[in-house]
Amino acid sequence: MIWDLFFNPFVDFGFMRRALLGCVVVSVGATPLGVFLMLRRMSLTGDAMAHAILPGAAAGYLISGLSLGAMTLGGLAAGMTVALLSGYVTRRTALSEDASLAAFYLISLALGVVLISTRGSNVDLMHVLFGSVLALDDAALMLLCVFATLSIFSLALLFRPLVLECADPQFLRSVSRLSAITHFVFLTLVVMNLVGGFHALGTLMAVGIMILPAAAARFWVYGIGSMLTVAATIAVFSSYSGLLLSYHYSFPSGPTIILAAGAAYLFSIVFGRQGGLVHQTHVARSEQLKAMKPL
Amino acid sequence: MSHAITFDDYSVGYDRLPAVQGLQARIAQGSLTAIVGPNGAGKSTLLKGVVGTLAPMTGRICLGTLNRKDITYLPQLSAVDRSFPISVGELVAMGFWRKVGAFGRIDSNRRQLLTEALAAVGMDGFEKRSIGTLSGGQLQRALFARVLLQDSALLLLDEPFNAIDAGTTTDLIGVVKRWQSEGRTVMAVLHDTDVVREHFPQTLLLARELIAHGPTAQVLTAENQFRARQMCEACGGPPHTCSRRIA
Repeated sequence: MIWDLFFNPFVDFGFMRRALLGCVVVSVGATPLGVFLMLRRMSLTGDAMAHAILPGAAAGYLISGLSLGAMTLGGLAAGMTVALLSGYVTRRTALSEDASLAAFYLISLALGVVLISTRGSNVDLMHVLFGSVLALDDAALMLLCVFATLSIFSLALLFRPLVLECADPQFLRSVSRLSAITHFVFLTLVVMNLVGGFHALGTLMAVGIMILPAAAARFWVYGIGSMLTVAATIAVFSSYSGLLLSYHYSFPSGPTIILAAGAAYLFSIVFGRQGGLVHQTHVARSEQLKAMKPL
Repeated sequence: MSHAITFDDYSVGYDRLPAVQGLQARIAQGSLTAIVGPNGAGKSTLLKGVVGTLAPMTGRICLGTLNRKDITYLPQLSAVDRSFPISVGELVAMGFWRKVGAFGRIDSNRRQLLTEALAAVGMDGFEKRSIGTLSGGQLQRALFARVLLQDSALLLLDEPFNAIDAGTTTDLIGVVKRWQSEGRTVMAVLHDTDVVREHFPQTLLLARELIAHGPTAQVLTAENQFRARQMCEACGGPPHTCSRRIA
């Protein structure tokens, strides 16, 4: 019974094993970036970048159909263009970063939808927007693994400057020239992981596996290292349970995985030990009691 | 006596409007100098000019044997994100950056230095505490400990005792004096003239232009201070507030 429910889908079907591997790889690669995005108050930047990828993927699709390479290259190019353009506008004009980023990603998104609808069908649009984790082929899996590996190693190399850049950017700028490079590599990694994630979960859902586990982890642990571990664990667990749910109830798999991560987030808000709602009330009450005792 | 900094007809400011104009002064090596002046006199701007954040508009600034790398600058409003989950020890250890860079190890020797630095600012036992739990005064103590570890020859402090309790101020003044006794050059922007009279041997009184520079007792006369106030009022408001772009 338990075996049927939790393991059989993966034992019986190759596409489920591939889906699980794909999601686990995306989870491990993307969540550390999500943690840093959240700590830098840039969660919505991740969202904007995810939208910005669309026209690139669409252009790749227009040129060579549902080709992995073309759509990946297109997505990377579009993501980096929006990141650099909005950075340039922020530095050169009076417009603030959030406004210029929002402007560019909206243009980008609209362009992407128009591009897809000129040639493709609604099915193609759905594929790009929500991914096709149950149809990952060897090449796609390999790509996800390469992206995740690159991303983990780059983060390991950049870890110290990145933490400094987040905690005290002024200080890093005063002692080192790494500040700008760190920021740029960080954005590149975000774009790369979103492009990887979009093959599995779609452009709109890829950012979910990045941000939701990070936000949930914040409610359980304090240090940055443990936060990275907890976030990745939540993401992997969400992938697994989301895939199972989508198998048993025939839900679309990408959104179901994100919903599983969303459930973990909601649970953490209520029960998390670091400032979760229940914990807060508990602390407040015990402090009240403490204050009353001396009387 | 050799000079750590020489200002030669030095002007610096924002958007082509000089906040400091035609400064002619020499800061002796190993001196402890207070920079004093009314609001908008260009004190903070002067420090930014020395660090190199702002390029000189006219004139020259000469750092003698010093390199830009030998300067440690503690800004008025530190940009430390206190919600970021790192410990006090980790924040202070940032001071090792020039020595360890992005990959160098913080070995037991450096750990020892870290513990000593925390003790020197009265923060022993705070190493594992998260920076989010610190009060304003404790954070400033931690930042002073970081400056200690940076081990620089020239220290620039912008209103280091602002909005800090009296006990902390006394402790941190002790740290500043220790820096001078170790042969470092210290320049600090200060408001409280009582603190300056008591602890800072040299003073540079600024009001866009140099009013006076020398031993504190000779600089902080009623006449000089009156003249400084008049100078700033005559120019009308701090220049960088009227020229800053509307963001």
